[in-house]
Amino acid sequence: MLNKEQAGTQQMMLGNAAIARGAYEAGVKVSAAYPGTPSTEISENIVKYKDVIYSEWSPNEKVATEVAIGASISGVRALVSMKHVGVNVASDPLYTISYSGVNGGLVLVAADDPGIYSSQNEQDSRMVARAAMVPVLEPSDSEEARTFTRLAFELSEAYDTPMMVRTTTRLAHSQGMVNLEERQEIPDRPYEKNIGKTVMMPGNAIKRHLVVEQRLKNMAEDANSMAVNRVEYQDRKIGVITSGIPYQYVKEALPQASVLKLGLVHPLPRKLIEEFAANVETLYIVEELEPVIEEQVKSWGINAIGKEIFTVQGEYSANLLRERILGEKPEYRKAAQVPARPPILCPGCPHRSVFSVLKKLKLHAAGDIGCYTLGAVAPLAVVDTTVCMGASISNLHGMEKAKGREFIKDWVAVIGDSTFLHTGINSLMNMVYNQGTGTVMILDNSTTGMTGHQDHAATGKTLMGDTVRAIDIFHLCRALGIEHVYEIDAFDTEGLEKLLKEETAREAISVIITKSPCALLKTTIPKGKCSIDPEKCRKCGLCLAPGCPAMRKDSEGRAVIDEVMCNGCGLCMQRCKFDAISFTPNPKLAQG
Amino acid sequence: METKNIMIVGVGGQGTLLTSRILGGIATDAGYDVKISEVHGMAQRGGSVVTFVRFGRQVAEPIVEAGQADVLIAFERLEALRYAHFLKKDGVLILNDQKIEPMTVAAGMAEYPEHIMETLKADYKVVAVDAQAEAKKLGNARVFNTIVIGVTAKHMEFPRENWLRIIEKTVPPKTIDINVAAFEAGYEMAEA
Repeated sequence: MLNKEQAGTQQMMLGNAAIARGAYEAGVKVSAAYPGTPSTEISENIVKYKDVIYSEWSPNEKVATEVAIGASISGVRALVSMKHVGVNVASDPLYTISYSGVNGGLVLVAADDPGIYSSQNEQDSRMVARAAMVPVLEPSDSEEARTFTRLAFELSEAYDTPMMVRTTTRLAHSQGMVNLEERQEIPDRPYEKNIGKTVMMPGNAIKRHLVVEQRLKNMAEDANSMAVNRVEYQDRKIGVITSGIPYQYVKEALPQASVLKLGLVHPLPRKLIEEFAANVETLYIVEELEPVIEEQVKSWGINAIGKEIFTVQGEYSANLLRERILGEKPEYRKAAQVPARPPILCPGCPHRSVFSVLKKLKLHAAGDIGCYTLGAVAPLAVVDTTVCMGASISNLHGMEKAKGREFIKDWVAVIGDSTFLHTGINSLMNMVYNQGTGTVMILDNSTTGMTGHQDHAATGKTLMGDTVRAIDIFHLCRALGIEHVYEIDAFDTEGLEKLLKEETAREAISVIITKSPCALLKTTIPKGKCSIDPEKCRKCGLCLAPGCPAMRKDSEGRAVIDEVMCNGCGLCMQRCKFDAISFTPNPKLAQG
Repeated sequence: METKNIMIVGVGGQGTLLTSRILGGIATDAGYDVKISEVHGMAQRGGSVVTFVRFGRQVAEPIVEAGQADVLIAFERLEALRYAHFLKKDGVLILNDQKIEPMTVAAGMAEYPEHIMETLKADYKVVAVDAQAEAKKLGNARVFNTIVIGVTAKHMEFPRENWLRIIEKTVPPKTIDINVAAFEAGYEMAEA
């Protein structure tokens, strides 16, 4: 891929690819991340530069951030990237490294998800950055994703601060033209011992807090003349302060308006804003999610219109601005009323098999973050809770401590392999330590599935493609002192049913690891195809109940299987009581 | 030139990303400013997916909104109906006439609408093809989206050889021949 990316040329790039390119050009040497939509493709593109950048999937965002901090302290430029909720996990080191500052430049990319395309909330990372006193750059297209990432490293070193680059789903997953430049050769900085900066104990932290406050004041002053904070004066009847992707909506809907485009959204350039406000008749502030800019601007006594007419929810658009600012209602035909098409578990997904057994046994599941969250909705509807990464096991433990063993006897915790290693392991340690009981199911599909197949510590492969010793989840659980640990094929529904009956009745901790690789993994060869004999089908619907997307009823109510979509997992065949479903093995497997 | 708005809708897994990249590629190749907006992550898991391609002298907004699409490419009938109101009054709907039941229908919570084609044709200019059947004839059921691109090409400004060049650059090298054949098949279907 590198040879296609010649400096001096242009290339269409996803926002995330452009961030990776910017980091490469900035001379970054270390990158760490945990996958999370919409940030994942940053690391997947960073690995293209593996000749000059070490990159890794860390088990979680806190670890990733600490890895980058270590690299920075040692004197090289380091990048860490994550989705917005990952910033919560990383906030512990983030709040304190803000006090320490940096040696080599340190940049954290936070990818927010307005509209909640693939997340559990739509929090605004700018609020975290303000609380942590970390400055924030916000690009508004792919080219700026590249240039702002470069700039972030320069500012990080110039102001001795970690920097945040904040993106949103729309920027991260939009492609635009990017100008490629050469990689800067940044010499490693020497490491010089200075515990006043790098050991945050009270005596040092008290002094550093003063430094941080002054640093933000200095930066706010300098921000008035930074090129990334740009005034575009045109018609002065309408003036808009905006940043990020909403800038594009402003340019589309109000091409004649005057605009103050903020590249640095924290700290704010007060003088520049006051001057702009004084030069326009009506001032609007257009920012997705929280009124972060608006509240500060209004606190300075400036009249502006913001969330009075806009929303704190979802994505904005040019039409929204046309409607709210200009009172124009765009014309289009009425949308048809059609059935929803929510995301679903894929054909051949091992989670479907596991959930079909939980449903049969009428068990409740404390759930977690992953594709298996889809087990909360019909037709499986076995997952009762989803909070955050790793919460399933600790939620179950809390239930038992609140209401006793009797309450959780028809409950299990379900968590994926990647999520278990992210933070689930801590919750399991807690169960052991605090004498919990209950059944924990680790749905091991050998990958981080929902974000598009990233390796983790138990897959035996690294981001950079090295083969390494895979952490053995079975023995890891045994090493915690848990006696009842089992591995079972996720499609062995009979065996799983028996095991679940035994283990949920047991007054101890049990861990059931259901193993079967994600059906979409490139290394997963479909077992074969299932097909239904229409003569034998009694239209009972048992095979259809788990909701396989490769199956449907024909016009006479008989079950039929789509031969293209089916990958022969055999779940329907196991459920059929009339031997109506047969299986043809994949000829490729027979040869091998 | 006024910005052209293309929208590609379908069911997660149908290959909307490849289609948008080919469309983006041909517009970039012609020297336009291009923005493509994609869907990644959870929504891809068999859900309703939407991709936007906009090109022109200078493109700001990366998304296409209701009433703005010049071309709507729909890989599935119900998705065509869901997003048809995104078309301009004189826009064209390229429809791969396939039916994929959403889980809400399979689970009996909703009904798959009948007479979608008639409903669409009453309001919009519709070009419908059975790209699946055509792809099977070519011996690879997966290239149906390249057939749809071939049909779309007839309704856009770019010359045929440009399309072929971009397809060759964009698809995996091993699949160039079958994708070129699929494009040609679609291009000819549109002609007929």
